[in-house]
Amino acid sequence: MNIYINGIGNVSPQNTLDNSKFLEELVNEKSNTLWVKDPNYKEHISGGSLRRMSRILKIGVHSAHQCMTDAGQKKLDAIITGTGLGCLTDTEKFLKNIYSNDEGVVSPTQFIQSTHNAISAQIALMIQCKNYNFTYTHRGSSFESALLDGMLLIQENAENVLVGGLDELTDSYLKITSRMNMWKTTGFEQLDLFMQEGKGTIAGEGASFFMLGKKPSQNCYAVIKGLQILFKPQNVSSVENTINSLLVNNGLVKEDLDIVILGYNGDHELDATYHQLQSGLLQGIDVCRFKHLCGEYKTASSFGLWTASQILKKQHVPDILKKGEFEKSSIKNVLLYNNYNNSNHSMLLLQHVES
Amino acid sequence: MQKPVYISGMGAITSIGNNIGEMKNSLMSNRHGIHHIQYLDTAHKGKLLVGEVKMSNDELLNSLGIEIESSSRTTMLGMIAAREAVAIQGLNLDDGKRTGLISSTSVGGIDKSENFIKKFFEDPASGKLRNMMTHDCGDSTEHIAVDLGIRHYVSTISTACSSSANAIMTGARLIRHNILDRVLVGGTDSMTKYTLNGFNALKILDSDHCKPFDNDRQGLNLGEGAAFLLLESEESLKERNGEPIGIVQGYGNANDAYHQTASSPDGAGAYEAMRIALKQAAMTTEDIQYINVHGTATPVNDLSEGTAIQRLFQSEIPDFSSTKCFTGHTLAAAGSIEAVIALLNLKHQFIAPNLNFKTAIEGINMTPIVSLKRTNSLKNILSNSFGFGGNCSSLVLSSI
Repeated sequence: MNIYINGIGNVSPQNTLDNSKFLEELVNEKSNTLWVKDPNYKEHISGGSLRRMSRILKIGVHSAHQCMTDAGQKKLDAIITGTGLGCLTDTEKFLKNIYSNDEGVVSPTQFIQSTHNAISAQIALMIQCKNYNFTYTHRGSSFESALLDGMLLIQENAENVLVGGLDELTDSYLKITSRMNMWKTTGFEQLDLFMQEGKGTIAGEGASFFMLGKKPSQNCYAVIKGLQILFKPQNVSSVENTINSLLVNNGLVKEDLDIVILGYNGDHELDATYHQLQSGLLQGIDVCRFKHLCGEYKTASSFGLWTASQILKKQHVPDILKKGEFEKSSIKNVLLYNNYNNSNHSMLLLQHVES
Repeated sequence: MQKPVYISGMGAITSIGNNIGEMKNSLMSNRHGIHHIQYLDTAHKGKLLVGEVKMSNDELLNSLGIEIESSSRTTMLGMIAAREAVAIQGLNLDDGKRTGLISSTSVGGIDKSENFIKKFFEDPASGKLRNMMTHDCGDSTEHIAVDLGIRHYVSTISTACSSSANAIMTGARLIRHNILDRVLVGGTDSMTKYTLNGFNALKILDSDHCKPFDNDRQGLNLGEGAAFLLLESEESLKERNGEPIGIVQGYGNANDAYHQTASSPDGAGAYEAMRIALKQAAMTTEDIQYINVHGTATPVNDLSEGTAIQRLFQSEIPDFSSTKCFTGHTLAAAGSIEAVIALLNLKHQFIAPNLNFKTAIEGINMTPIVSLKRTNSLKNILSNSFGFGGNCSSLVLSSI
C-alpha cells in the first residue's frame, strides 16, 4: 500500500503555519492549557463568514486551506474529518440558550453550527466540492478513522483526499475536565512536561490536515505504508503483535525502524504502555515525543502525524522531540504509535520518499 | 466483480417496536408510533408529537440486565438493537475473526449531559460528573463494543441524518478491503431536549402527524431508536454455515455543497448519491423496484429529493414511500432503521405505506404507495438518507 502525503496544514499551539519551517521558534508557556496560535484567518475566510464561524470552524477551515495551498490542489475527491468532541462552543451556546429561555423561542444558528459534520461541510461549501464527505467522531480514534477511510478511498482510485483531525478547547470543557482531575496543576513550563511526576497531563487543541494522494507530488512529505486501529487491547502483547504484523506486511523487521514517535503525555499511569514498549519490542530504537508541544486532546495524533511528515521530508529531528540520545541521521522508516486513555490505540507506518 | 457483502443479522428498536418482529407487525398493520411526548422531560410536552420508544430509561436498563454507572438512553437503545443483530445461532463473536463495530449517532449521550450542563451553568462546581462522561459520540459505541466483546476496529460516524447509512457504507468497504471479516454497523439516537429544541428553532417540526411528500407537508416528527446490521464476508459466512438475509449491493455518498442545512432545489447531492449507488451496484434505474425515500416531510427536503428522483428515474419512477410517518425522523439512526425496514420488505415482500398522504406536491406530481402493498417482485431497494451539511447517502440493498 502506498498512500502519499502531498500537503500539510497545521493550526496548533506551536508556530506551525509556515510549512517550510519545522519547530524553529518554540512556544513555551507556563500553563496546563495550550490554545492554538491564531493565524490570520482573513487569508482564507471572508469577513462576513468569519463573524459567523465558531473558533473550531475557523481553525479547521484555515488549516484545510493551508494544506490545499501547500499541495497546490483544490480538486478533491473527498473531504474527511475526525473530531473527538466536535463543535463544543456552539453546543454549549445552544444549550445555554435553551435553558435561559425555558425551551422557548431560540435562534437555530448555534444548533446548525454544532453538528459534528459542520466542519467538513463548511470546507465543501467553500470550495464547492460535491464529492464524498465524511465525519468520524470516536474519541481517540476519530482522526485515525478519517485517515483509514481516506487511505481506502485512494485504493478505490481516488486521486486526492483531504483528511483532517481537529478539536477545540472551551472554558466549560476545561472546568469539567479539571473536576475529573485530567490535568497537572503545579505550575511549570509546557516543554518541561516530561519532567513532572504523577497523574494528569496538559490540555491542548488544534487542527492538522493532510492531502493524501495516489501519486507522490513534487511536494511529497512521506508515504503511508499501513495503519492499524485497536479498541481496548487486552495487553501490551496485543499492541506488540499488531506492530509486528504491520512491519511484516511491509517486509520490514523492527530493526528497520529508524524512529518511533510515541504519544507520551506525562501522565505516569497512561504512559505505562509506552514505557513497556520501549523496554520491550521497541528497545534500542530512537524515540520522539510531541504532546509537550500541542497538549493532549482526542485528535492529538494528527499533530503526531504532522511531526512525522516533517521529519521524513526535512530529514531532520528537532532536539525538542528527542527522548534521549539519537543515533540515526538518515530517516527512512517511522512508526507513530498513540493511545488515548489507554482505550483507543493506533499504529501508523510511514516511509521517506526520495524526491 | 467486487466481493459480495452479506447481511447476516439485524436488530432494531423504534417507536413501532422493541424488536424486528414487532416492527414488522406495526408496518404491516398501519400502526405508527407517533404520539404525545411521554418520556422526555421537556417544556414541549403536550405540544409536539414524537416517535418515542415506548419504554422508560429504567425499563430499558432492566431489560438489558446490566449495571452501568451512567448509561445514556442512546447507549441503551443501541445496545438492545446490537444484541438482537448478533443473536444468531452458531455465531461466536470471540472466535478469533476480525470483528468491528461502526456505529453512528448525532447527539451521543447528550440526553444525560444536557441535564449535567443545566446544573453546571448555575454553579460550575455542581452536577454529577458521571452524567458528563456520556456526552461524546464515542461513548455509546464503546459501551456496545464492550458489551459484545468487540476489540478490533471500533468507530463512530456523525454526519447528521445520513450517519447510519454511512456506517453501513463504511462497514461494507471494510469487508471489501479485507480489513474485517465481519462488522456490526448501524446507529442510535435518543430523544433529547437538544434536538427537539434545535428542530423547533429551525421551524421544521409539524405539530400534527408528518405528511411526507404531501403538498401540505409542514415538517417532521422527531423520533428515536437504533438499528444494527451484521455484515459478513463470504468466507466468514461459509465457515460457520451462516444464512445471509440480504446483500449490500451498492452505496453512494455525495455532498450538496449548497447550504449548511437546506437541500439544493435541484437535489444535486441526492441525485449524485443515488447515481453513484446504482453505478456501484452495476444496476440501472430499471433494476430498482422500491425506494425508501428520506422523506422527512419538511418542505425543502421532499421537493429537493423528489426532483432528484425524477431527474434520475425520468418517467419510470418505481414504487416509493417514506416510513418516517411510522417511526418519526430518528436522525443518525434513520439510515439503519430504514435499511432494516428494506430487509423486512425483501423478506416478506411488502411495501409499507406513506401514511397521511393526500395530495401530490405541485410541480413534481409524485404519488407514493399509500396503503400496504403486497408483492412478489421486490429484489432491489434503494434507501436514501440525507443530512445537514449537505451530506447525502444512498444504499442499494438486495435479496439473496
